[in-house]
Amino acid sequence: MPAMTYLEAISDALREQLRADERVFVMGEDVGAFGGAFKVTDGFVEEFGEARVIDTPLAEAAIVGAAVGAAVVGMRPVCEMQFADFVACGFDQLVNVAGKTHYRFGLAVPIVVRLPSGGGFSGGPFHSQNPEAWFMHAPGIKVLAPSTPEDAKGLLTAAIRDPNPVVFLEHKHLYRRVKGEVPEGIYETPMTARVAREGSDLTVIAYGAMVHAALEATEDLGASVEVLDLRSLVPLDTDAILASVAKTSKVLIVDEANETCAAGAQVAALIAEHAFEQLDGPIRRVASPDVPIPFSPPLEQAVIPSVDRIRDACRDLLDY
Amino acid sequence: MQALSRADRVELLRAMLLMRAIEARALALYRQGRVPGSFYDGFGQEAVSVGAAFALGPRDRLCPLHRDLGAHLVRGVAPARILAQYMGRASGVTGGRDGNVHFGDPASGVMGMVSMLPDMMCVATGMALAFKLRGEQRVALSWFGDGATSRGDFHEAMNWAGVQRLPVVFVLENNQFAYSTPLAKQFAVDPVERARVYGFPGVTVDGNDVEAVFEAVRLARERALAGEGPTLVEAVTMRMHGHAAHDDMRYVPPELLAEWTRRDPIERQERRATALGVDVAALRAEVDDEVAAAAEEALAAPMPDPAEAAHGVFAEGEAQPLGDGRAPWSGFAGVVAEAPV
Repeated sequence: MPAMTYLEAISDALREQLRADERVFVMGEDVGAFGGAFKVTDGFVEEFGEARVIDTPLAEAAIVGAAVGAAVVGMRPVCEMQFADFVACGFDQLVNVAGKTHYRFGLAVPIVVRLPSGGGFSGGPFHSQNPEAWFMHAPGIKVLAPSTPEDAKGLLTAAIRDPNPVVFLEHKHLYRRVKGEVPEGIYETPMTARVAREGSDLTVIAYGAMVHAALEATEDLGASVEVLDLRSLVPLDTDAILASVAKTSKVLIVDEANETCAAGAQVAALIAEHAFEQLDGPIRRVASPDVPIPFSPPLEQAVIPSVDRIRDACRDLLDY
Repeated sequence: MQALSRADRVELLRAMLLMRAIEARALALYRQGRVPGSFYDGFGQEAVSVGAAFALGPRDRLCPLHRDLGAHLVRGVAPARILAQYMGRASGVTGGRDGNVHFGDPASGVMGMVSMLPDMMCVATGMALAFKLRGEQRVALSWFGDGATSRGDFHEAMNWAGVQRLPVVFVLENNQFAYSTPLAKQFAVDPVERARVYGFPGVTVDGNDVEAVFEAVRLARERALAGEGPTLVEAVTMRMHGHAAHDDMRYVPPELLAEWTRRDPIERQERRATALGVDVAALRAEVDDEVAAAAEEALAAPMPDPAEAAHGVFAEGEAQPLGDGRAPWSGFAGVVAEAPV
C-alpha cells in the first residue's frame, strides 16, 4: 500500500470517482485551473476537463443549490467550500433544500459538500471553524469527519456513492501533517466508529484532528486508554460508543468545535441516558470554549484543546 | 400564436380553469377547517404557471412556487392528490409531510419548492448546468416573485447562469406585492432590467395573457437550446387574494384590484376559446365535475400514520432522479420521453 498524506488520500478518492463514474463532477471556487486553495484538485482540470472540474463564481449558496439541481437530474456533484466557515453562506440551501427534500417527497439528493475545517495555524475567526454540529442538528444530512488518510479516502468514496447530502469535514491541520498507508483502488469505509487504540481503563472519544491529540495525550499515561474515533457524526455509531463505555466505565469526550451543543454534547447525552449504570465517574468533556477562534498563536492555543488539556482531563478521570 | 393549435388553446384554458377550481375548493375546505395550517393560492395568476409550463418539453425540469399550481397540473399531477396534499392526507403528494403547494411529484419532472425564496433559482441553475455538461437538449425553468429578487440567491443564480450561458429560463412572477410590501419598497430598478447586466436578455410580458406567457417562454427555451443561455421573462400580473387566506389585503387599493379584475386571465382565454367555437360553459362544467370528484376522493383518504413520522429522512439504495412529466403542447407531439439517466 502506498503512503499518502490525508490530502493526497482525499484527492485520490475524488480522482478515482471521477474516473469510475461519469456522473461525478467537482465544483467550487478556484478548484479548476488553480487546483483549489489547498490543492486537493491539483491537476484535475488537465485530466477531466473544465466541464467536470468547474470553477464557479464566488457564490456558496448557488454552489450548494446548483449541486442539488444537478443531483436531482442524475449527477453526483462534489462541491468544495474553500473553507468550512464559508458554508454559512450556503447553509440555507443545505439545510432547507438538500436536507429536507427526501423526507418531503421522496426525492434523493446525492451531493457531497467538502468542508476544509479546523484551526491550529492562525486562520482566525473565519478560517478555523468546525461547523459540524450545525449540520448534525439539521435532519437529512450525513456528517463525516475522518482522521486518517485511509478513512479520508474510504469515507469520501462512500459519501460520493451515498444517495443523500453529505457534508465531509476534512481537517486542514491534517492535510499535510498526517501520512499513512492507503489502499489502492476503490473502497468504502463504513460510516461507523473505529477503535483507534484499544484500552480498558478509560475511553477517549474524538474525531478529526482531535483523534491525533487524544492518541498523543494518552500515550504515556501509565494506564490502558481506549481511543474511539467517531469518523461519522451522522449517522452516529451509538453501539460502538456504548460498548466502549461499558468496557472502561470512564469517558472523556474531545471536540475541537465550540463546546455548547457540539457533537460531544450529543455523545455525552447519549452515554448519560443509556450507560449511566456503567459509569464509574463523571462524563468529562474537553472542547473549545464558546468564543470565535482567535488569530494570534497564544490566543488560539489557549482555545483549541491541547494535548496537555486532554492529558490533564484523562489523569483527573483515571484518579477519580 | 401560430405555435398553438386550437386544441392547445383549449388545453391552456382548461388547465387554468382546473387550477382556479382546485384552489377555490381548497380555500373552501380551509374555511371549513379541513386544511391545517395556512392556505396560499395563485388566484389571478393562473396564466403565469400554465403558460410557462406548457412551453416545456417532457425532459425539461421545473421549479414552481406556491402560486404556480398550474405547472403541476400541466405536468399531470392528479387533482385528488393535490387536494389531499392541502388537507395533510396520506394520499397527498408529500403524504402529509409538507403542506399546501410545497410539493413536487418526482415522476412529473417537478422539484418541490421551499419557503426560502428564491432558493429554487439556484437549483434550476444546477439542473441546467447538468444538461449542458451532458450535452442534452433540455432546459430548466424556475419561477420566482418580485420580493425574491431582493435576495442573494437571485443574484447568485442570475450571475452564474449568465457566466456559464446555461439553458435555464427564469420567470419573474411580478404580482405587485411581496406579502404586503409593494414594488416601490422592493427595488429601485425593475428587475427585468437586471438581466442585461448579467449578460442575457430580459423580456416583459402580460402575465395575464396565457398565450403571451407561453410564447415568451417558448422563445426563451429555444434560445437556451440553441446554446445562447438564459432568459429572464417578467410576467406582470396581480395577486388577487391575500398572501395567504388569513390576509385581508387592507394594503391593496381597491381600485387596483378592480382594474386587475377586468384583466382576469381566464376570462381573456375564454373569449379566445369562444371565438374558436369552443363551448366554454361545457368546459367549465367538465372541470368543476372533475374537481368535485377529486375532492370526494381526497376527503375519503386517510390521514397519515403517526408511526411513519420519523421515517424517510434519508434515502436508501440508488438515488433515482426526477422523471419526465406530461408535456401536452402539440409542438412536442412525437417527442418521446426518454428513460431517465
